[in-house]
Formats: sequence, C-alpha cells, structure tokens
Amino acid sequence: MALTRQALSLGMIVTSALMIWKALMCITGCESPVVVVLTGSMEPGFKRGDILFLHTSKDPIRTGEIVVFNVEGRDIPIVHRVIEVHERQDTRDVDILTKGDSNDQDDRFLYTYGQHWLSPQHIMGRAIGFLPYVGWVTIIMTEKPLIKYILLSALGLLVITSKD
Amino acid sequence: MHSFGYRANALLTFAVTILALICAMASLSDNFNSPSPSSQIQILNINWFQKQPHGNDEISLTMNITADLQSLFTWNTKQVFVFVAAEYETLKNSLNQVSLWDAIIPTKEHAKFWVQTANKYRFVDQGSNLRGKEFNLTLHWHVMPKTGKMFVDKLVMSGFRLPEEYR
Repeated sequence: MALTRQALSLGMIVTSALMIWKALMCITGCESPVVVVLTGSMEPGFKRGDILFLHTSKDPIRTGEIVVFNVEGRDIPIVHRVIEVHERQDTRDVDILTKGDSNDQDDRFLYTYGQHWLSPQHIMGRAIGFLPYVGWVTIIMTEKPLIKYILLSALGLLVITSKD
Repeated sequence: MHSFGYRANALLTFAVTILALICAMASLSDNFNSPSPSSQIQILNINWFQKQPHGNDEISLTMNITADLQSLFTWNTKQVFVFVAAEYETLKNSLNQVSLWDAIIPTKEHAKFWVQTANKYRFVDQGSNLRGKEFNLTLHWHVMPKTGKMFVDKLVMSGFRLPEEYR
C-alpha cells in the first residue's frame, strides 16, 4: 500500500512538470519556449549559461530582433540578432541575415553551403526575456550525463523514502 | 518528517521560489520607466558608390551620429544595444533594412554620445536600385535587462537621398 502511494507521488511530480512545460509551449506558441545560450557570440549581453524566453508571432521579422534559428542539417539552435531584412513586394518571402553581437562577421559562414539568407521558416522564435545563469544546470547535465543520473536518483530516493 | 534531506529540500524550494519572485518584480519595475531618448544623424560624406561585379549596388558613407539614451537606463539594465539601419523600398522588395553600425552601451554615462564613423557593415542592395534612392535612417535600441523582459524601440529619421550617379 505504501509503495503504491510513493509511486503515485513520484508520478504526480513528473506529470505536473510535464503539464507546466506543455502549458508554456501553448502560451508562447513555440516548440521550445526556453532556450539555453551555449556560445559566447552574443556577449556581453548573453553569456553561456543564460536562458532566453522565446515567443513566436505572425509579426514580420525586422532588424534588431534576437532570433533563434536552426541551420538545416544541424540541430543546435543558434541565437543571434537580425541585421538585414529584404521583404518582397507581393509574396510573404523575406530574406534575413543574422550576426552575433560580438562576432565581426555575419552568419553566412554558419548557413548551409550556398545559402546566403535565412527565411522565416528557419526561425524558431524571438527572444523576449532572459534569466542569467539558470541554464548552467542544463549545460552541466548535457555535457556530464553522470550528474544527471546522480541527480535523478537522488530525487527518486528522496520521494520514496519520505514518510508521507 | 524532520530529516535533514526533507528540510534541505523545503529550504531549497522556498529559496528558488523567492528568487524567481524577485526576478519577476525586478523586471516589472522596468515598466515604470518612461524613457525620452533623442538622436540625430547626419550624413557627412558619400565615400563611394559602385555596382559590384555580382550586380549589386554598394555604397560607403560616413555618418555623424549623436544620441542621448540616458533615460533608458534603470537599475535593472545590463546594457543597451544600439544600431543604425537604413530602410528603403525597391520595385522588387517592399522593405529593405540594412544595419550600418551598432554599438553596445554598457552604462548610463556612456549613453550620451557623439560618434563619427563610416558604415561598419556593408550597405549592399539586392540588385541595382540605389541610384537616387530615398531612404530613412532609423536608430534602434534594445534594452537588455539584468533579468527579465527586454524592451525595444526606435527613432525614424527620414529625408535622406542617395546620389543619382555612381562615384
């Protein structure tokens, strides 16, 4: 009886975390509403380990906005600023060029070979807010998976051994 | 019930919740700031204006940029990112925005500035439409907080015109 109760409370914790995550996804309209800054290319504004809150909207992309995009073939999202926009007269097509604040060059060398511009479909979201340092937890857990296992087992142990 | 692990867990949860609350309040306090920035941009000289081998127009110009952005800074501001972009319309494109210069303002004291500079980034068109083109110069600023919501705004200065002929 006590075992099922503990299993239930563990299940409740996991489910509520998942519900909060999904709700965030609905509210901000993105696939991943929070992203961790992995490189120093936007310093001193964003340092490695900061997290950014993203938002998608149908508003057109304009220069100065900080966007998160995926280059085809790579799955690490890049967070840089838009420095050039060329929008066509009749269609919704837009050519976008980005650059990291502390990089000297624009991002053309990051795009796939032969690609000179980004399109709105590459953009995952716009950064609207940020929290410093919080992303280090994710970076440590990704780069040293051992810590992730230790943390999860300690959490599981804590729930199971609590008296109620 | 009163084990060390249990107490440590309760303390940690409480601390994180309070921290999150303080960050949210810090960000909300930025909304009470009503900024009144001002700026002026002059084009001192068109250095050169050519059609490049790949068929696109390119221009190099020297600008005089003055601005007073001190009212944007609050206690929760980490830095202000400021940049100047040229905006114009062509037959093919309803909007073109090209960033010409940017800078990072780390503190309030640096926010009142005067700078004379050539364009930091290349002003290249998609095509050959720049001769005699009228364009706006906009000063954009991006207030990046120590924590929380970022604020963006801009000042549009219109009435600039590119030369009719290449030089």
